[in-house]
Amino acid sequence: MLLRLVPWLTVAAFLLPVAAGLLGTVLPAVGYFPALGGERFSLAPLRSLLEQPGLGKSVAVTLISGFASTLAAFATSTAFCAATHDSRLFRWARYLFTPKLAAPHAAVAIGTAFLLAPSGWLARLFTPWLTGWERPPDVSIVHDEWGMCMAFGLALKEIPFLVLMTMSALNQVRSSENLAVARSLGYGPATAWMKTVFPQVYPQIRLPVYAVLAFSLSVVDVAIILGPTNPPPLAAYVFRLFSHRDLAMQFPAAAGAMLQLGLVAAGIGVWRLAELAVSRLFRGWLTAGSRGGGVPVGRVWAWSALGMCTGAAVLGAAVMGVWSLARSWWFPAALPSRWTLDNWSRHLDNLADPFWTTVVVGCAATGLALVLVLGCLENEDRHRVRTERRALWLLYVPLLVPQIGFLFGLQVVLVRLGVDGGLGAVVWSHLLFVLPYVFLALADPWRSKDERYARTAACLGCPPRRVFLRVKLPMLLRPVLFAAAVGFAVSVAQYLPTVFAGAGRQATLTTEAVTLSTGADRRVIGVYAFVQAALPMLVYLAAVGLPGRRRE
Amino acid sequence: MNRLLAACFCLVLCLAAGDSRAAEPWGKVVEQADGQTVYWNAWAGSEATNEYIQWVADEVENRFGITLKHVKVANLAESVSRVLAEKSAGKTDDGSVDLLWINGENFLAMKQNDLLYGPFAERLPNYELTNADDWPTLTEDFTVPTEGYEAPWGMAQIVFLHDTRRLPDPPRSMNELLAWAKKNPGRFTHPQVSNFMGSTFLKQALYELAEDPEVLQEPATDSNFQRVTEPLWAWYGKLRPHLWRDGEQFPENAPAQHQLLADAEVDVSISFHPPEASNLIQNGLLPPTVRTYVLDGGTIGNTHFLAIPFNSSSKEAAMVTANFLLSPEAQARKQDPRVWGDLTVLDLDGLSDEQRKVFHELPKGAATLSREELGDPLPEPHPSWMNRIVEEWGRRYSG
Repeated sequence: MLLRLVPWLTVAAFLLPVAAGLLGTVLPAVGYFPALGGERFSLAPLRSLLEQPGLGKSVAVTLISGFASTLAAFATSTAFCAATHDSRLFRWARYLFTPKLAAPHAAVAIGTAFLLAPSGWLARLFTPWLTGWERPPDVSIVHDEWGMCMAFGLALKEIPFLVLMTMSALNQVRSSENLAVARSLGYGPATAWMKTVFPQVYPQIRLPVYAVLAFSLSVVDVAIILGPTNPPPLAAYVFRLFSHRDLAMQFPAAAGAMLQLGLVAAGIGVWRLAELAVSRLFRGWLTAGSRGGGVPVGRVWAWSALGMCTGAAVLGAAVMGVWSLARSWWFPAALPSRWTLDNWSRHLDNLADPFWTTVVVGCAATGLALVLVLGCLENEDRHRVRTERRALWLLYVPLLVPQIGFLFGLQVVLVRLGVDGGLGAVVWSHLLFVLPYVFLALADPWRSKDERYARTAACLGCPPRRVFLRVKLPMLLRPVLFAAAVGFAVSVAQYLPTVFAGAGRQATLTTEAVTLSTGADRRVIGVYAFVQAALPMLVYLAAVGLPGRRRE
Repeated sequence: MNRLLAACFCLVLCLAAGDSRAAEPWGKVVEQADGQTVYWNAWAGSEATNEYIQWVADEVENRFGITLKHVKVANLAESVSRVLAEKSAGKTDDGSVDLLWINGENFLAMKQNDLLYGPFAERLPNYELTNADDWPTLTEDFTVPTEGYEAPWGMAQIVFLHDTRRLPDPPRSMNELLAWAKKNPGRFTHPQVSNFMGSTFLKQALYELAEDPEVLQEPATDSNFQRVTEPLWAWYGKLRPHLWRDGEQFPENAPAQHQLLADAEVDVSISFHPPEASNLIQNGLLPPTVRTYVLDGGTIGNTHFLAIPFNSSSKEAAMVTANFLLSPEAQARKQDPRVWGDLTVLDLDGLSDEQRKVFHELPKGAATLSREELGDPLPEPHPSWMNRIVEEWGRRYSG
């Protein structure tokens, strides 16, 4: 009986805060915010928003960088899968890409920023012996005007996510059989994949792609670290308005949050239209029978994508590690002029609090998410219901609605309930984002498990609870642990939810790293970014390593 | 004469201490503060600052049983809007912020919206040591009367940083700066104008370029703003194309610009703390060849303050902390360039010989200017100038 309630509980834990938060943002956006003397509905906030300098360009930058990163990530991940399907590289990709999923966006962005800047590590490695520079060139790479660096940083993180999503979607279609038939008819490998597998896979990864698009269009922390600054992308612009010294700016800020919501909705709409257009345009190509050669382009692309993602992640983490050990490091030296352990010894104490907050919140949010997701899945099993595609959309709501659009309102709601600033509020806000990923990571392996074991146990008189605990869970220990690691990583990476729900009182490694990233001391940023990246990685390695050892 | 003054001051102090009406409540305040937790929202972009605050936390814990937590903020306006969100939700006690490091437009915003507790400054016993009555910047925050809603904490004055290895003879006026920038494109920038250091740079330029700087002490009006700031925009319009990244990008704040100076991306940086450069050199964050200078016409100076939100549930502990921050011991440590290098608000003449000696014995640091070299600070313009300059800059140069 209780189990039947779990899906409803899950939806409630999820949609209520989002809805309440949206309401809390919509009201000020239309002029209602009594604390600031806004007691009548009006369009003044919208007008005030439209008068903000640089708003038009900010929207343009957002659209350009958001679509650029999503397109690049989508095209690359598709090319990767098409070119390497069923090869050894493809099987290896799971192990190479998954850890990158665990690295928080902020850590990747901070590493990328120092790697690529004109006075950054790459430049230092080749200066002056190759470049002849005495001073770093005055060119804009990081924080560039049109957000290309930001798009690059986002794509680095999104490629692994989309590849993994595609992989799990491949389990649901008979990809190998289809490919075998196509190849026996003389189609080139990549062409065969694009013509037979892709049309079946795309509907399965449509939601993840939308989530990536929504995220790219509305991310705040990466925009702060890599994005343009004058004007910044819309989400960072709105965040800046929310924290503007003139409190009257809360009104246009709320209107801006609504604009952000509209932008994401429109972005997804445009993508959907493009899907329809592409499917119509290529329908002919699908059935025309052109076999395609053994095009090496896809393979080159695949390898370079893998190389770039891995290289950037490894070099980015390495450079932050090097900085954390530097005492001073002047341009153009390739390595610090003086080394020290001071940065670590001095900050170990300060790290302790955010470290434990991160761990506790991550474990609590992941634990809750696991309970809810397992409850939902077990409910499916026992009552022979299958979560509909529509229900899946509900799950994606927190990933599709821009954070900036409802977190301010959510903060007001939390304050009203008197629970803001507590760990509980932070855990709850993290749960919104952890739960969908845990569900995504666990649903497929759970549904494709071999039902015969459970049925056999039931036939032997085992009650459902025991079947769940003694048969299903041990069978699925590996995916459960993997889902937990993904959930933990998602929690570690949360920036805005922590800031808003935690009332600034709950400092995590991510909030500290982002705060520090605007404030300079790169050696200290190095310490925080390194720990921030290392923590989810360790959890991931533990999740992968533990059951393996047990099996032996 | 000075000695006489000091003697009078001591007498006043004794009288104040003997006044049971003032002394008893403070004793009670300290008593109530024991066991309270103070969430201190303070800008956290500098390691020196953070470590100093950590030291304060340890001290007030040991001495008064106060748990002090540093809420690290990138921009204090975040905290202002949080207190506002709480007020809007009807949360009139147990607010999430107990103490603020604040000044200027944030103070004005909180004061105008009745978000502050007070007046409390004169209740702090150590407030007497500041001799605020004779020192107008301690009771006026950007020309706005503090009326006891803020306690002074530290003094600041603009200095410019240059790397003598690349730029031995830096430009010492805004017009010289323009001429130099034309010859050396891409070697100068300023922090983003939405950051207080960036807008302060523009205010500093306005001081030199405005026909009559006196008018900046009054609120800006629709009728005079364009006229007064016209020379500023004419000058800036010529400067901007020669800035770092063609004036399209700006460092987030002053520490970010120090980083650019260290990375050799620019040749000049700007700071509000005269001894900061020495501190950064000593910590390995700036090359040892960096020195500081002020402009020929003088530079803007101001005071930064401590304030308590109206809905703090630890007002007593916040006051005890503020009082400790005003103690000669805490102030001397703050001024030490090896620790932080933020100038004291105390009137040294009013201290005991022993206390004064501590201040006099502080090392100056290689890149720190003396009191004489710094010269008399120019007073901050009314906040309305800053708000309008930021707006106008945005209109002209964003997007």
